[in-house]
Amino acid sequence: MSEADTPVRPEGAPGIGATRWIGKRVPRKEDARLLTGRGQYTDDVLLPGTLHVAFARSQVARGNILSIDTSAAQEIPGVHAVMLAKDLARQPITMMSFFFTPSEVPVTPLADTYVQYVGDPVALVIAETRAIAEDAAALITVEYEELEPVVTIAQAMAGQPIHPGTDSNVAAEIGDEEPEDELAETLSAAAYNIRQTVIHQRISQAPMENRAILATREGPEELTLYITCQSPHNIARWVSLALGLPEGAIRVIAKDVGGSFGLKNTPWKEECAVICAAMLFGRPLKWTEDRYEALTASSQAREAEMRLQVGFGADGRMLASHGVYDCNNGAYPQGADNNIAVHMFLWPAYKMPAYGFVSRGWYTNTNGLAAYRGPWAMESLIRETLLDKAARRIGIDPVEIRRRNLVYLSDQPTTSCMGIPVDDITPGECLEKLVANFDIPAFRREQAEARKQGRYLGLGIAAYIEPTGSAGSMAPMTGELAQVRIEPTGKVTATMSTHSQGHGTATTMAQCIADRLGVRYEDVTVYEGDNTRGGFGPGAAGSRQGVIGGGAAIRASEMLAEKVKALAAHLYNASADAVSIEEGMVHVAGAPEMSRPIGELANIAYGEPHRLPLDFEAGLEVQFRYQPPPMTMTSAAHACVVEVDADTGFVKILRWIASEDCGTVINPAVVEGQVAGGLAQAIGMVLLEDMPYDARGNPAAATFKDYLLPAITDVPVFEYIHANTPSKTIGGMRGVGEGGAIIGPPTLVNAIADALSPFGEIEELVLPLTPARILDVIEQRDVSGTARQRAATATTDAYTADPASPDTHLQEPPPTDSLVLPGGTEALEQASTGIDGEWNMVLKTPMGPQAMTAHFETAGQALSGYLSAPEGRQDFAGGTWEDGRARFEVKVEQPMKITLKYDLQVDGNAITGKCKMGMFGSAKVTGERS
Amino acid sequence: MSDHAIQLTVNGRRQSSTVEARTSLGDFLRMDAGYTGVHIGCEHGVCGACTVVVDGRAVRSCLMLAVQADGCEVTTVEGLADPEGTLHPVQQAMRDAHGLQCGFCTPGVVMTFAALTSGGDKPSEEQLIAAMSGHICRCTGYQGIRKAAQVLAGNITPEGEAA
Repeated sequence: MSEADTPVRPEGAPGIGATRWIGKRVPRKEDARLLTGRGQYTDDVLLPGTLHVAFARSQVARGNILSIDTSAAQEIPGVHAVMLAKDLARQPITMMSFFFTPSEVPVTPLADTYVQYVGDPVALVIAETRAIAEDAAALITVEYEELEPVVTIAQAMAGQPIHPGTDSNVAAEIGDEEPEDELAETLSAAAYNIRQTVIHQRISQAPMENRAILATREGPEELTLYITCQSPHNIARWVSLALGLPEGAIRVIAKDVGGSFGLKNTPWKEECAVICAAMLFGRPLKWTEDRYEALTASSQAREAEMRLQVGFGADGRMLASHGVYDCNNGAYPQGADNNIAVHMFLWPAYKMPAYGFVSRGWYTNTNGLAAYRGPWAMESLIRETLLDKAARRIGIDPVEIRRRNLVYLSDQPTTSCMGIPVDDITPGECLEKLVANFDIPAFRREQAEARKQGRYLGLGIAAYIEPTGSAGSMAPMTGELAQVRIEPTGKVTATMSTHSQGHGTATTMAQCIADRLGVRYEDVTVYEGDNTRGGFGPGAAGSRQGVIGGGAAIRASEMLAEKVKALAAHLYNASADAVSIEEGMVHVAGAPEMSRPIGELANIAYGEPHRLPLDFEAGLEVQFRYQPPPMTMTSAAHACVVEVDADTGFVKILRWIASEDCGTVINPAVVEGQVAGGLAQAIGMVLLEDMPYDARGNPAAATFKDYLLPAITDVPVFEYIHANTPSKTIGGMRGVGEGGAIIGPPTLVNAIADALSPFGEIEELVLPLTPARILDVIEQRDVSGTARQRAATATTDAYTADPASPDTHLQEPPPTDSLVLPGGTEALEQASTGIDGEWNMVLKTPMGPQAMTAHFETAGQALSGYLSAPEGRQDFAGGTWEDGRARFEVKVEQPMKITLKYDLQVDGNAITGKCKMGMFGSAKVTGERS
Repeated sequence: MSDHAIQLTVNGRRQSSTVEARTSLGDFLRMDAGYTGVHIGCEHGVCGACTVVVDGRAVRSCLMLAVQADGCEVTTVEGLADPEGTLHPVQQAMRDAHGLQCGFCTPGVVMTFAALTSGGDKPSEEQLIAAMSGHICRCTGYQGIRKAAQVLAGNITPEGEAA
């Protein structure tokens, strides 16, 4: 039995009753329905008059559409319509990113004059059955002028821009490519300079339920969507903004969802095409993606490369670090992304004095990038694998190198080198707990014995922290709402803004309510999955529902319990302090004869207004919206033992222990289920899963025989140690949804690298670690062909050769007309046109480009003014204006306290430069005189 | 497309229909017969979500045509619990073991377990795990499914104690 089975009372919880539901391994509410085939997934819903949709898709990765012939398709009996981009354009739609910002490049549901990836939908068929729609789609012929595709990151760096009207394939960038002088000096002077490179493959999120939508326009002013998604509220909000409809007109229903893992955050091309077609066609339209479409044409995730350098002192303590990150955004990402979070969360768990980085996302002719469980997980993978490499090089134990560098509770509060406040993390404590539960010296003896027999065992250890429960720091992430009521029957119902794609929120939220209200778990029912039920909330994304939904459910229930007590005190002439609620019975201390079922009070509260206290709102209902701190940290340390077969390169996982601190555990089975699911996906990423593209941009994994998901025989039994340090949120929970997929990969890679250490290092970590790639190390030659392939596609050379490298002009000398001229600043101001006046500027932030107007005033070398955006105006003073260079600082409070340091260069009517944004790094600024 | 009249028993009830030759048993059960508990996960026989029991054997309903089921007795996940609602031992074992999260792969998992343990058969834990290697679950990491297999093999109690 794990420690979490001993229920932990949330901090500050008043005594309600003795029966605790938080911390219990109760059976899930959802399971009776799902085990008997009575779930309601999107494809299970059929409305009268429903017609079915199939898509004709591009078979070339990049090309201009010369002609489309739909005549044969139209002739098939049962076909109702064939629509092309120009037809759908009658229903305008603005496709947006996850952050609700319009896409940086134009995205339309159907390709119009050109295609950008294999699978790009070009035509939509509406027919009586899906089979007929597919028959017809197959008869649509498209003539293309095929163009040379840009497939890899290296090609994106070197090649022509794929998107018309852009000057490079950079989708998003942030940071400085070269370390600053001081950082570079520290690195070069370090006793040990350790480098790690990770080439992360592309991943298909592959939920078991593919994407699906049933859209029906109900009259001119209402739209109803059944859609498999992560939050009906967020879908309604997104579609409302995209279509320009008032949100009230959109109902979104998603009762059961068969997994998502980041894929179903926002509707994408196909869902939008079905929505537009349903608006235009006036019949309910259904599209259910098949697995071939899901693997080859759904948004995908992860493909990225990172190089990390860390300087260590002779004692193994870290001195400085620099990282270069590039990720493949595909053609139409769900938000152009340079993955700034990789850099933000690379070092806060460690004592790292200085870090510099550059991060870029690149457009290519492949499927667009979407989220996948722990989208920034590269930080833990590259850091933890580098640390083990360093430990081997320096000659210290992997646990010891972490002990010397981790931030323990005794080191807190502190601030990371990127400016992130660190006051509530326990990676070191999780590591100590892990080590106390695993006999490392005994393992080392076993390992040494095994090696003598030609068996190669390895131990991998990793530690990490993870930001969870995000709210208030970016547009889509708000608080969550709980509405709880006691019905006259005595049953308790709650409508929540949470949403389950397997999370079991109907269970965990009911536990929170039963616990804090003092009723039986069996008597609580939680409703979600419909945006017309419960108030707005973004639901699942970023390990947040236990933290925020749980906090909302707890506080709302406590408020409701107070209301019950006030009513009971009034009715029974008792003090409210003497009233307690237990298992649905209301008791008065010292007067057992007064005990009443809670439903009896509810009957009075709803039906007998004359018996209620003055100022008592009739009924027993409460709602509470929980706005937690911007983020809540989860920590963990994991250990894994593997055996690598030196003849075949096969890896067998022998043991895996998770020591994790997710604060208050609402339901240990649900928490362990989340950790285990993430770890299975981690095993898939390290050993099996791969979504490669061939040279022509064809996705090469089209079935589950090519895209290998972990099976039961690939996943060991996981062991858990729960640390349970309550967080500062209501209830004390910490998010646990993504962690396994973040810490799992480095734990497993470190175990394999430890097993392989008698043969050599995994010099460059190319995922997945297939048996052939493991034989590369064992046999010290290119068995897998990876080295040969990497030589052809490596990005390192492309960097230096990249003519369009967007930062190069920053390192060039300033243009001559802004150099200091004889005669001093006055002559300078005459030669250039100065900076005074109004400018239109764009700051490329991690959440997308931010447009603003700038006003500058100079007095000699003193610079003041303001920056103005729709969100508000920020004034500044105390800046400097010298040699055509403007430097000034702006202090902002939202989304968090950051000082923005601008360093801009004026060249005639153009202004360029950068803005250092604290933990978010350095962003590019461009603009012109208005 | 050629149409064929078929007659079969689904969950103990007679089902007569006319189907196209190309219609899979899975599509027929979902769309014609209304058993939406049959989940179509990959349509190429790998994931196992669509598994149903045909004449006592677990089959992938995406790889079998409806016309091939003419005259057969088919059981879907809807036909497993008794009519009063008491869960089948396999369903109960899965619930006790927290063997599911999103529930999409679950009907297939349940039907394979049910076919292997029907009629008093007592397969070993290893046999059940081997059968489960033909079912993909993306949510659970198989921890609860493995535990359910151990319970069904009689090796542990639902509480996780050695039996």
